[in-house]
This record gives sequence, C-alpha cells and structure tokens, in this order.
Amino acid sequence: MSDDHVYLSLAEEHDDGDARWAFGTGFEDPLHGVDPAVPAGVDRADLAARCLALGDDALVSAQRLAEWTTRAPELEEEMALANIGLDLLGQARLLYTRCGQVDGTGRGEDAYAYLRDPGGFRNVRLAELPNGDFAFSVVRLLVLASWRLAHFERLTADPDPVLAAVAAKGVKELAYHRQWAAEWVVRLGDGTDESHARTQAALDRAAPYLGELFAAYDVRADVLAVLGQVTDAAGLRLPPAPPLPGHGRDGGHTEHLAPLLDELQSLARAHPGATW
Amino acid sequence: MVTPLSEARRARRIAERVPDPELPMLTLADLGVLRDVEITPDGTVVASLTPTYSGCPAMAEMRATVAARLTAAGYARVAVRTVLDPPWTTDWITPAGRRKLAEHGIAPPGPAPRPGPGPLPLLLSPTRRAVPCPRCDSADTEETARFGATSCRALWRCRACREPFEYVREI
Repeated sequence: MSDDHVYLSLAEEHDDGDARWAFGTGFEDPLHGVDPAVPAGVDRADLAARCLALGDDALVSAQRLAEWTTRAPELEEEMALANIGLDLLGQARLLYTRCGQVDGTGRGEDAYAYLRDPGGFRNVRLAELPNGDFAFSVVRLLVLASWRLAHFERLTADPDPVLAAVAAKGVKELAYHRQWAAEWVVRLGDGTDESHARTQAALDRAAPYLGELFAAYDVRADVLAVLGQVTDAAGLRLPPAPPLPGHGRDGGHTEHLAPLLDELQSLARAHPGATW
Repeated sequence: MVTPLSEARRARRIAERVPDPELPMLTLADLGVLRDVEITPDGTVVASLTPTYSGCPAMAEMRATVAARLTAAGYARVAVRTVLDPPWTTDWITPAGRRKLAEHGIAPPGPAPRPGPGPLPLLLSPTRRAVPCPRCDSADTEETARFGATSCRALWRCRACREPFEYVREI
C-alpha cells in the first residue's frame, strides 16, 4: 500500500481482485480460521440460542448508538457513542457467526442481521427502546454494559471455547463502555437541576425493564451493586419497579423494534445479495 | 539448501512488516497482532492474526494484505487464520512499537490492568494514571475525550506545551 496517496491506495485493485474502498468491503467471516468444533457434551441448540440472544442485544444496541451519529451534543461524545456501537457490532458479528456454525443451518452473519423479522429477534426490550435524550441513552448504556459485562465475566469459563474467547475479549470493551456511561450519569445527576431531573427520569423509565435482564442471567447482585455505586455518587435513585410482562428473549418486543429493523435491513432486503 | 525453519523465518519477516492500516507507523509485529507464522507439512504458509477489538474494521484489511504480500513473495499456498484466545492486550505492543508511537506524537499505553478475582470494579474517582506528553514529556496532561478516532485511542492535551495528543489506552 502506498503511503503517498492514502485514498488511492485504499481504492486500488488488489491481487485478490477485490477492489476496496477503505474498510467498506471485504466483510468476510470474522471467525475465519478459528476451529469451529463444538466440544463433546455441549448442547448445540442451546449454544446457538445463547449466541443469538447475545448477538441480538449487541446488534440492536449498536444500531441505537449509531443513530446518535450527527446528533450527539459534542463531537467527542459522538465518537464515543459510535466507537461503543462499533465494539458491539463486532461482538454481534462474532456471535452470529458462531451461531451459524452450531445451529445446523450454516447461515452467515448477514442472514441473522438482515433476514429475520422482529419476532425472530431475542434481544432484551431495553436495548430497542428509542434513544430519547442523551440522559436516557447513557443510563441505558450503563445498565446494559454493566449487565452484559457481569454475564461475559462468567462466560469466559464457558465450555464452548469460541464463546469463552468472544466473552474474554468483550469484557475489556464492556468495562470501558461502562466506565464512560457511569461518568456521564454521575456528571448529569450531579449537574444542573435540568440534567438531574432528566437523568432521574431516565432511570425511572429504564427501571421496569431490569426484571427482564435478571430473568435472562443470574447477575442481579453484581449489576445492582454497580448501579447503586453510580446512583449514590450521582445523587440519583433507581426506583423499585415491577417488571413488565413478557420477554424479549421469547420474541416479545415493543413496537419500537420493527421500525429499527426496517431501517437496518432496508438495503439488504431491497437488493438481496448486494455487496459494495 | 533452504530448510523449512529458515523458510518459516522468511515468511514471518514478510508478514511482520505489513503496516497496520489505522496506525501505519506500526507494523503488525510492532502492534503484537501477528501471533504466529508457520509452514505446514504440505507447504502452506499459515499466518495467525488476533484482532485488537471485536469490531476492529481493519482486521479484514490486515488479513488481505498479509495474504497478498506472502503470495507476492512466491508462496503458492497461504492461509491467514484468526486467533481469539488469549485476547489481545496493549502489553503486546513491542518496545519498538511504543517508540514509533511516541515519535509520531501518540502517547503509548501503560501496563494493561490485571484484574483480580471477582467482578471488575468500577472506579469513579478522578485519579488516573498520568500520561506523559509525547512531545515535551511533561506529566501535566489531561484527558479531553475517552474515545478518539478509533476504539484504541483517547484524546489528551498537554498543559505545558499546550498541544493535544492521542493516547493508545491500555487494555
């Protein structure tokens, strides 16, 4: 690659016949070359379902985070939101690919992301709620990152070596996401009357969705300890709230998931098999 | 006579010199993402790469460039495989890589955190590691944004020389 003309070199024809523009193409299997074997004794259907659910949480969260691009309060925070979304998108790609290896269908990552209807998605509903204001977005991110981190810490010991490796990598990323979100929640909660009120309203809005998170994974104590640490520092309160009926893990979703997927899937559905 | 060992060394040197697409002053060897290069009994060169971040968009580019360089060097059979475990850490950035980062105005990472047993603690206190300015070496610096142009970088500024700089944060 020539360093003199970076744009030309990025667009140049490579020996493999694949013209690339920056990193927009060449989305090959992110588990390329990783041993796909499933250890004896691991239930393939169960493993596939677990990968799918975690992939869906990550993809839907990444899409919501990407919606902040060009809309965030400051450029620096926009980059943070986009980078966090990119980490989660990477986790989703790995998890979907693993799912396709073990569920017997041989599907690739795109089939899971682009070719399933809302009822097929297994993400928790908190992930799909609209972004709302910046306060709700950082509160939601704090909750989801803390919850996913606590579960990923346990998954590093999973009998499936691929899922365990994806989790070990994700732990480092999620800890940083949690850190960024926690600092914002403290800053907003301990800020002006307006930012405090909005952040408290965000916690009130998120609270009924927490029961679903703890029904999915047994990490309640770890997550509530972290949330308590942050709300104490921020002068906020996580209100007790009865869990909402239904579960995203069973395919039960709010009315907000379908429009999110419409946008996410529009190009792939309008132009089947398109590459760019 | 060419022995398999020296042949593997030659292949490794070719793969090692591939630049990182996002930090082009570093080679893949400097960055610590090239985990292994070996030649299998059937003559296939197998290069093993590990991603820095799960969503690293440069991974496909690295893979393609390594394969293209090895092919151009005359190896007929080339395979580039992904290694996820153990996960990449900034501790694998070599001393040469750290020096090159600093020479290009990017503060190299400190030692990666080594978590103990139990849940990863959340630290809300403002005391963090002081990152010396890569230009003037002053310790009087501050973070301006937790995320920079890529996932691996944060934005900092030096209060002494007044220059902003990027910092490869340790993971």
